[in-house]
Amino acid sequence: MSAISNISVSDAALFECLTRLGDNALILGHRVSEWCGHSPALEEDIALSNTALDLIGQTQLWLGLAGEIEGRGRSADNLAYLRDARDFRNVLLVERPNGDFGTTLMRQFLFDAWHFLMLKALCGSTDKRIADIAEKATKEVAYHLDRSRDLVIRLGDGTAESHRRMQGALDDLWAYTGELFVGDTSDVELAEAGIAPEPESLKAAWDELVGEALSEATLKKPTDGYMHKGGKRGVHTEHMGFILADLQFLQRAYPGATW
Amino acid sequence: MTTATLPSTADVWQWLGEVPDPEIPVISLVDLGIIRAIAFEGDTLVVTVTPTYSGCPATTIINLDIERALHDKGIDKLRLERQLSPAWTTDWISVDGREKLKAYGIAPPVDGSATDGLLRLRADRLSGRSNLTIACPRCGSTKTEKISQFGSTPCKASYRCTDCLEPFDYFKCI
Repeated sequence: MSAISNISVSDAALFECLTRLGDNALILGHRVSEWCGHSPALEEDIALSNTALDLIGQTQLWLGLAGEIEGRGRSADNLAYLRDARDFRNVLLVERPNGDFGTTLMRQFLFDAWHFLMLKALCGSTDKRIADIAEKATKEVAYHLDRSRDLVIRLGDGTAESHRRMQGALDDLWAYTGELFVGDTSDVELAEAGIAPEPESLKAAWDELVGEALSEATLKKPTDGYMHKGGKRGVHTEHMGFILADLQFLQRAYPGATW
Repeated sequence: MTTATLPSTADVWQWLGEVPDPEIPVISLVDLGIIRAIAFEGDTLVVTVTPTYSGCPATTIINLDIERALHDKGIDKLRLERQLSPAWTTDWISVDGREKLKAYGIAPPVDGSATDGLLRLRADRLSGRSNLTIACPRCGSTKTEKISQFGSTPCKASYRCTDCLEPFDYFKCI
C-alpha cells in the first residue's frame, strides 16, 4: 500500500503533526479523566469518563502511527509515558486546569469545535493512514461536540449563577484558543503535501460554530486580544509537569511495568 | 492443519457468529458488524476486525475471544488485522442483532441514522427536538426522553420511558 502521497514530506514533519494530534487527545483525555468519581451527577461522571476514553483511544491511534513513522521502536505507550514536557506538542488550552464543571465544559466545547473541524479536514488527507484514523475519530468527536455544545448553551442560558460561571470560564479560556490557528513551517509543509490543513484555514468555520452557540447561550464572545502560545513547540505552562507527574508516575517508578 | 482440511470461510463466519460480544453478550461479534473479512492466505486464516470506538476497552478482549474460539475449532495459524476504514457504524448491526438487543432491554440504534454530527445538530435544532424518536425496549412506547448522551458503555446513551417509567440503555448511532 502506498500510503504517502507523491509529494514527499519529511518524516519529521509527519511525526510533529501526529504527536500534536495525539498529545492534544492525550492531555485533554487525562484532564477529563480527573473528573472520574467527582462529577456533579452520576450521568455526567459517566459522560466525562466516556469522553476521556474516546480521547485516550484516539491517542493510541495517533501516537501509534507517530512511533511507526519515527521508526525507532517507540510505541504509543512509550511516547505517552516516557517523554518529558518539552517533547509534548499539545496546545496550552488542553492543559488548563479543570476548574469547576462549567470551566471543564467550556474548555471541552472550544476544543471540540476545533477538533471536529480539524478531523473533518484530515478525512481528506493524502496520507491514507491519517485519513483512516480521522474518519474513525470524527464520529466520536461529533458526539463530543454535540454534548459540550448543548451543555454550554444550557448552562450559559441557565441560572444567573451558571451564566456567571460560564462567562467567566469563557473569558479565562479565550486567550488559549488562538494557538489552535497558528501554523509553523511543518504545518506549511504538511498543507502543501495535502496531508493536513493549514491551521489558519479552520478559523472562519470555528468562529461561526462557536459564535452561534455562544449567542444561543447568551454569552458574550470575547474579542481576540493577546493569545498565549507555545505548546505546539513544546513550551508549556506550569501545569504540564504536574499532569505528567500524575500520568507517568507508574512507568517512572516501575519502569516497564505491564498489566 | 493441511490445506486439504482447512474449513470453509462460511464455517468460520458461523463460528464467529457464536462468539458473544463481551459487553453485550446477547449479540455476537458478527451481529455487531465488527468482523469485516475472513480469508485464508495459504494456510493462515486472516480475520479482519474493526473497532467500534477507538477507546473501546473491549477491543483486546474481543481479539482474545476470537483467538480462543478459533483455536478451539482447530485453527492454529491465525492473524487478526485491524481495519479502521470504513469506520464502523451502527448501521452494520444485523437485523437479528437489533432484535436481540431489544429483547435484552437495550433500544437498538435507529436504522440508517448514523450521520454527520453537525447535520444532525442542525436538523435537531430545526425540528425542535434533542434527538430521534427512541422506542422503549420494554413497553414499546415512543414517549421517551434522554437522560444522558452517554450510558454504561461508550456505545450507549441513557434514556427513560415516560410511560412505564423504566430507564434503559440506547445503542447510540455513530
